[in-house]
Amino acid sequence: MTLPTIVIVGAGQAGLQVAVSLRELRFEGRVVLIGDEPHAPYQRPPLSKGYLLGEVSTAQVTLRPSAFFSTQHIELVSGKRVVAIDRARRMVGLDDDSVVAYDHLVLATGTRNRPLPVPGAELQNVFFLRTLDEAMALQARMAEAKNAVVIGAGFIGLEFAASAAKRGMGVTVLDVADRPMARAISKSMSTVCAREHEKMGVRLLFSTQVMRLLGEQGRVSGVETVDGRTLPADLVVIGIGVIPNSELAATCDLTIEDGIVVDEFLQTSDPHISAIGDVAAHRSDYAHGQRVRLESVQNAVDQARCVAARLHGQPAAYQALPWFWSNQGSLHLQMTGLRSNDEQEALRGDPSGTAFSVYLFREGRLTCVESLNRPGDHMLARKLLTGRVAVTPEQAADTSFDLKSLLAAK
Amino acid sequence: MAKIRFILHDGTERVVEGEVGNSIMQTARDNLVPGIIGDCGGNCSCATCHGYVDPDWMDKVEPPSENETIMLDGTMHQENNSRLTCQLKLTRELDGIVVRLPISQV
Repeated sequence: MTLPTIVIVGAGQAGLQVAVSLRELRFEGRVVLIGDEPHAPYQRPPLSKGYLLGEVSTAQVTLRPSAFFSTQHIELVSGKRVVAIDRARRMVGLDDDSVVAYDHLVLATGTRNRPLPVPGAELQNVFFLRTLDEAMALQARMAEAKNAVVIGAGFIGLEFAASAAKRGMGVTVLDVADRPMARAISKSMSTVCAREHEKMGVRLLFSTQVMRLLGEQGRVSGVETVDGRTLPADLVVIGIGVIPNSELAATCDLTIEDGIVVDEFLQTSDPHISAIGDVAAHRSDYAHGQRVRLESVQNAVDQARCVAARLHGQPAAYQALPWFWSNQGSLHLQMTGLRSNDEQEALRGDPSGTAFSVYLFREGRLTCVESLNRPGDHMLARKLLTGRVAVTPEQAADTSFDLKSLLAAK
Repeated sequence: MAKIRFILHDGTERVVEGEVGNSIMQTARDNLVPGIIGDCGGNCSCATCHGYVDPDWMDKVEPPSENETIMLDGTMHQENNSRLTCQLKLTRELDGIVVRLPISQV
């Protein structure tokens, strides 16, 4: 009997982890990992933090040394894009006209930057920050630029803003929402983060939009807002979210709905194809059974492990607790669980300082915990949420009450 | 290069070599040492690279930062010699260090 071949499309954190986990499980078949970036798999989180400050090198963001791939017999194909999937013959076609046959295909195609649809977005010194190449170009520009304007007050925009402020640049962040990270975190946490960013020297402008980017000799020189402001800029960073790369899956008629739709085992509508990571839309118990698409390292690696185990004959539904982190200057933000909009908040610690947590409840049940510089709260929250431990808002808000005791009682 | 002797919870030993400057977590992952996860990539944010530094080596490693100490408090099987191995950078002095691994990371 010939051993099966597993082909993984996308060599980011999710794709690599499938290959690693298969080998950890002593899977003996062929593993082919195909990525369209020219680099070996690397981690993205440091790119908007330590990498921009020169504290983390390119070598340090690389996830595995090149020798790892040969010793583990993982066939890494870099700089090539899969352009077609033939489901009937179980083959993928690459942009160099080569084909690879698979027994099982894992789609870990991730996301791409959402473009800013305004005049001037094509000017020089306008950057995105998702890939290593983008981070390298941005880092080089930061050595010379004086005034940065960031479009989008999400995690990426604010992580960049904190790094740029630390390097002494003038930084203005603008967003259409009325507060930072409005899509991702509670109002209480958002308010404190806004205050702390202002202390770092970051200027924040909310409830406004970009009308156009202004340029001189092909280079960006300013940002004009819809409410008539002109902000000088010799560097612009666009961080307005991402779009899932589901087109490849759509061309072979897999079910798509804001990402590639997968079942509880992370299988697509074709039993020979799975999808994981930022591109996969899955139902989550932590979202009350709603379908979610999560853009995080945790989701990428846990889904990768889930699929690798299934391919190795150990199927289990994906049920990992979501958690995230973001470092913005001195702000160490950690979140776990998933929030919805109709939640009751309980604050633990002092929000006038820089260390407190927000516990979010829905219908009396703890659903999400956001911690600022309180990693202990975060770690404990992960246990409370996975254990579905009953916590009341009163207990969460009372710092003299030991939440750890609830775990012991269970 | 510096050698690390990992002792897994079931008593199995794995001796691996890592480059000076790399972390113990990174070296474990590069060599597929089971039992060290390191999901956050060494950012002291996930506490899934927990290990116990052999008492004979405790005075040779830098003490933990405040952040690491708090993260360690959240691990399941904390002992006096618990460390997050992403925070331990290999030096020549650490050649031969012995690290035991907990029964589980989560």
